[in-house]
Amino acid sequence: MSARERILARLSQASASEPQPLPNLEHWQPRVPPAGSAERLALFKELMRSAHAEVHDTDEQTWPELLLDLARQKNVRTLLVGNGTDSVARLQSLDSETLHVMSYQRPAEQWRAALFEQVDAGFTQAKSAIAATGSLVLWPSSQEPRLLSLVPPIHFVLLEAHALHADLREAMRVEQWATQMPTNALVISGPSKTADIQQTLAYGAHGPKELIVLLCHSREVSP
Amino acid sequence: MSTVSRTVAPDFSERSRQAIGDEAQRTGIRGAMDFLQSKRKAQFPDPQELSDLRDLGAAIRRYALANLPELLQQLEARLTANGVQVHWAETPEQANALMLEIAARHQARLMVKGKSMVSEEVELNHAMQAAGIEALETDMGEYIVQLAGEKPSHIIMPAIHKTKQQIATLFTEKLPGVSYNDNVDVLIQIGREVLRKKFAAADIGLSGVNFAVAETGTLYLVENEGNGRMCTTVPRVHVAITGIEKVVAKLEHVALLNSLLPRSATGQAVETYQNFINGPRKPGELDGPEEVHLILLDNGRTQAYADPQLRATLQCIRCGACMNHCPVYARIGGHAYGTTYPGPIGAILSPHLLGFGAAYPLVTASTLCGACADVCPVRIPIPDLLIRLRNEAQANPQAARKALRDSGAKHHLLLTLVWRIWALLYGRPRFYRWFSWCASRFGALAPRHQGAWTHTRAPLIPAPRRLRDLLPQQNRLD
Repeated sequence: MSARERILARLSQASASEPQPLPNLEHWQPRVPPAGSAERLALFKELMRSAHAEVHDTDEQTWPELLLDLARQKNVRTLLVGNGTDSVARLQSLDSETLHVMSYQRPAEQWRAALFEQVDAGFTQAKSAIAATGSLVLWPSSQEPRLLSLVPPIHFVLLEAHALHADLREAMRVEQWATQMPTNALVISGPSKTADIQQTLAYGAHGPKELIVLLCHSREVSP
Repeated sequence: MSTVSRTVAPDFSERSRQAIGDEAQRTGIRGAMDFLQSKRKAQFPDPQELSDLRDLGAAIRRYALANLPELLQQLEARLTANGVQVHWAETPEQANALMLEIAARHQARLMVKGKSMVSEEVELNHAMQAAGIEALETDMGEYIVQLAGEKPSHIIMPAIHKTKQQIATLFTEKLPGVSYNDNVDVLIQIGREVLRKKFAAADIGLSGVNFAVAETGTLYLVENEGNGRMCTTVPRVHVAITGIEKVVAKLEHVALLNSLLPRSATGQAVETYQNFINGPRKPGELDGPEEVHLILLDNGRTQAYADPQLRATLQCIRCGACMNHCPVYARIGGHAYGTTYPGPIGAILSPHLLGFGAAYPLVTASTLCGACADVCPVRIPIPDLLIRLRNEAQANPQAARKALRDSGAKHHLLLTLVWRIWALLYGRPRFYRWFSWCASRFGALAPRHQGAWTHTRAPLIPAPRRLRDLLPQQNRLD
């Protein structure tokens, strides 16, 4: 018998406990914000900011310029973006002497050293966001790879203001996570941090030191 | 690199004595516990919400355990369909052998590790080092502890026993070109720079698992630093290792459990990163590991599972709230326990992992005050389990059901006799009256040295008059 069979046999031989019903989460009322979408958005912004993230209101027309401004303020010289999306195309048109907009197009292992050492900021879109905890939902893809939101010291995120869920369970239900999970799904609630030295909070432990949310208020969803 | 000694504790009481004598460490741990307690309290302002959440959390974990064999097989099937390779290990040795096999196949030289208590449990670093593979801890606290050649003293805050000055000195001594600076931000940036080079160079990333979701075949990991994401995304190979009890049935169960986990653990509303890993890199994707493995470890868990009462031990979600609220842990700290899992959860889990031979002192290291059970987010009745384990350890070896490893190992004839006599005296009023009369008359004969009791306390000497003698007098005076 293999280890697997022996372990499963021991578990199956164990006396059955009282049958446990599948827990019913329907009556669970998480600490959700008030029903109104404006109030939820306000809570999301408040929680994100209290987690040391920046949130900037913007719209469909002006967010690339806002990003450019913020990048200049933060001395970003190389901005890493994904590939093949409209947002990427708009950012690539901003490529200039002072801001190099670089597209993530090759497998990471082919340019790992440059990825870790030469990129100042990364840009991704958020799939949605969660009001109750002030979190962003990211589903990385071949167009927006996983390391784009992790390795660069600054992470810019474009979020459509209407894509806000009350809590994680609602996001899972509405977006039907259980039937279509991507390789990696992420819920991000601020810049990287640690309190491992004397319970003193420090930002930028291993992931981004800064998380900057561009909250896009236009209702036209970019394709 | 650290050289860690094999776990089994030489002497718990000696280590506790030393810990209690270390003023600086006691102040540090006390401060940290007070900090964590008040942060947790602030996260649960509404007692009804907390109570409801704990009911649901417990129900989710009990459901998972009641259906554990089926859920494990479902998990395995889903993960396999997602392209994850699932392995099973009964012992630490098997787990390490699986790990070494994977490492050898990839000619790995460097493994980066996210926080994984199960890898501590199997002493993976030890096995890797023996095979010439560097196993580097990347969680800031664990990195510091490893650099110092020590072990974590708390499952959530591994370096809780060290001051920033000690860490600054450690960095100066161990890291080339680093000069002394005890600013916490500077220290973290030093660690960041060292470890980023390691992430980029590593062949294998190792992680634990907070919950494994049977429904979707998801490995769910939470963290604040980003090292967990680094370990599970950058290297070619990701190996996750976890105990067989960490499975939950439904994806949305994770959402509920995580509204308990960080709030109970560190008093934060949510972790920075919730990482749902469903498989290796798919064709066309530009990063992520090419191989993902999951090692499911038993190591005594099936023993706890076999007993209907002790099974509750496996409900644990490893938040550490029980240790943060334990008066014993707050005084002696995690190292004194000498086991991977310290504190109240360590006391009820370790007997299954190590047997009573090594783990019995932990079972006695409790005042049974019940604080651990009061804060447990999944309602594990820890004091009840401690009493049960004490009884199992002290049972008559002939009569014991031998259901647990080393049952009856702490059987002591004199102790059994003393309790028999106690039961006789306290169970019958006439005997009790006679005994207490004798005790008050001959109390002066009580020995002045009463074993461990008188090491730090005045001897127990019966009063010359009994309460039952004094009370009538008192009543007459009134």
